[in-house]
Amino acid sequence: MPQMNMVQALNDALRVEMRRNRDVVVLGEDVGKLGGVFRVTQGLQDEFGESRCFDTPLAEGGILGVAIGMALYGLRPVPEIQFSDFIFPAYDQIVSELAKYRYRSGGEYTCPLVVRTPVGGGIRGGHYHSQSPESQFIHVAGLKVVCPSNPYDAKGLLLSSIRDDDPVLFFEPKRVYRAARADVPEGDYTIPLGEAKVVREGQHVTVVAWGAMLYEALAAAEQAATQGIECDVIDLRTLWPLDIDCIVASVERTGRIVVVHEAPKSCGFGSEIVALVNEKAFLHLEAPPVRVTGWDTPFPYTLENEYLPLAHRILPALVETARY
Amino acid sequence: MDFQTPETTLANVPTVLRADGSADPATDPGLDAQLLRELMRAMVRTRIVDERLVLLQRQGRIGFHIGSLGEEATILGSIAALRPQDWIFPCYREFSALLWRGLPLGTYLDNMFGNEDDPVRGRQMPDHWTARALRIGSVSSPIGTQITQAVGFAMAARHKAEDVVTMAFFGDGATSSNDFHTGLNFAGVYRAPTVFLCRNNGWAISVPTAKQTASTSFADKGVAYGVRGVQCDGNDVLAVWRTVRDAVSRAAAGEGPQLVECITYRLSGHSTSDDPKVYRADDEVTAWRRADPIARLRRHLELKGLWTEDEEKAWAASCEAELKAAIEGAEKKAPPALSSMFDDVFAERPWHLEEQCAALLAGPRAPRGH
Repeated sequence: MPQMNMVQALNDALRVEMRRNRDVVVLGEDVGKLGGVFRVTQGLQDEFGESRCFDTPLAEGGILGVAIGMALYGLRPVPEIQFSDFIFPAYDQIVSELAKYRYRSGGEYTCPLVVRTPVGGGIRGGHYHSQSPESQFIHVAGLKVVCPSNPYDAKGLLLSSIRDDDPVLFFEPKRVYRAARADVPEGDYTIPLGEAKVVREGQHVTVVAWGAMLYEALAAAEQAATQGIECDVIDLRTLWPLDIDCIVASVERTGRIVVVHEAPKSCGFGSEIVALVNEKAFLHLEAPPVRVTGWDTPFPYTLENEYLPLAHRILPALVETARY
Repeated sequence: MDFQTPETTLANVPTVLRADGSADPATDPGLDAQLLRELMRAMVRTRIVDERLVLLQRQGRIGFHIGSLGEEATILGSIAALRPQDWIFPCYREFSALLWRGLPLGTYLDNMFGNEDDPVRGRQMPDHWTARALRIGSVSSPIGTQITQAVGFAMAARHKAEDVVTMAFFGDGATSSNDFHTGLNFAGVYRAPTVFLCRNNGWAISVPTAKQTASTSFADKGVAYGVRGVQCDGNDVLAVWRTVRDAVSRAAAGEGPQLVECITYRLSGHSTSDDPKVYRADDEVTAWRRADPIARLRRHLELKGLWTEDEEKAWAASCEAELKAAIEGAEKKAPPALSSMFDDVFAERPWHLEEQCAALLAGPRAPRGH
């Protein structure tokens, strides 16, 4: 089985689906000849031609508006937004149009498309190349939100997302793009949307993370184990719809939960996860749920490692929660 | 005089219908008698519906109406000039397009009442309809968003080697929106077969065109994007038909996107929620009533012997009767089922919507009415 990093796995997923389905088209800034600034679309224009992988003018709102029009016609567009920090010119199209088409038209129209966009910090990108805006899309009824943590999941989740009949925001943790290599099967396979995965088992504390922060959570869990604290680490994979059953089943065993994410704390997705755990597993809780997150500041450049919820901040949270 | 009259505004704009009701032989598109009469009937019917819906709103029987009073020629002339396979990406004033393409009046009224048979299932305000089977898009309120979508749709059709032109409707206010500029730019770059139909009706709610742009015309805005832009007299249904048909033919022939500015006038307020007396002079409205598009076509048809006062009376009476029945039918229908609120958010309901639906059904009911 070939070894791939996440960039290669995503590229492979696009190739698989574009070969399988002529209706799949890729568009965005620099996705053509250059293959994207992170090279996820490298070689697609050579193989599939300019009509199926094309560069756009530099206007995110236009990329989304045009992609929505293509999806309404029946294509399966996969627009790329170069950094999720730059998605906001397209926010109106995503929130007011993409998310609402099926609902507002009584089911007459659907918009099956996947917005691919790199997310998160840890690459010395300052606040315009590092943010994690996932909760701003989860909060909008009608969008599915995905964030893989590894190459294998990235390919399987992207293939599921393109085949899904609902719009999907597909956040790619750019810090992981080339950092992790894994066995990735050739050809077609899918990972269902809406299913989290327990990636480390333990009976003391539930840890929920996704994307690049999964590795920090695992590193902290490893260190906690040396102090006798065993963590159940859940990789959400799909953020919305949330696999609440997986989280609740874990919390019912551990009685404790720590949620980790890069985005600012207040109204971050951790807030919703904690609220749901309170609603559904309150009587199982042995300690207050804890969020280890980015601070409620813009994402800083020089001090980014102090901003990010890295293992050194997760570990004390695990210990305090376990000993509460 | 500090306002625009039709005489000054339309002075240098291509027109077919002359003041005496005759058509300029140099520009007359030569529509056959049947189409001319159909256009006349549609315009008369549209005005009857518009005026009646305003009354219904005033009576508190519907929540809202956003009409096309004075813009009948612009909308119907454009729709009639499209080919059957062409798609419409509407703004929200184009209900006459639905009726022209055959939507039963009763279905339109179902939307106005947001009842159980409303195609959008009571989820949107009145006049936010959808009609995919008629190749008409779904209306949303944000201004200009349909413009880029019309471009993408046309590009997709071309990708599938289908001979389709898309027409995006929008007002003069929308020419200031991001999507107008982006849409024209993308269309220019990809030479998308899209016709951008600007209904320049003089007003964006309370803001006149002079405060919307410093350009000489809205059609001029095409130049920067490599999009051919033309103006026409939007109260002259023959000029609209001729200009739009030419634009559609050019787009379909691969000549690229087309921007058509129809100069017309919004005789009513922006919507039933608006009071135009606050911001514009009655004299201006009176002046534009002289250029009423229905009166202009009526004179033309009477001159050609294709229309009489008696015929109009009979047609108006049948429209009134049809409308009365449609209103009565739609008004007595039930509201959409409670649980339908949770349908169509996604293709299938996820767990959280199942939970919330169950909570709604089990909970106390809101007081009726609004």
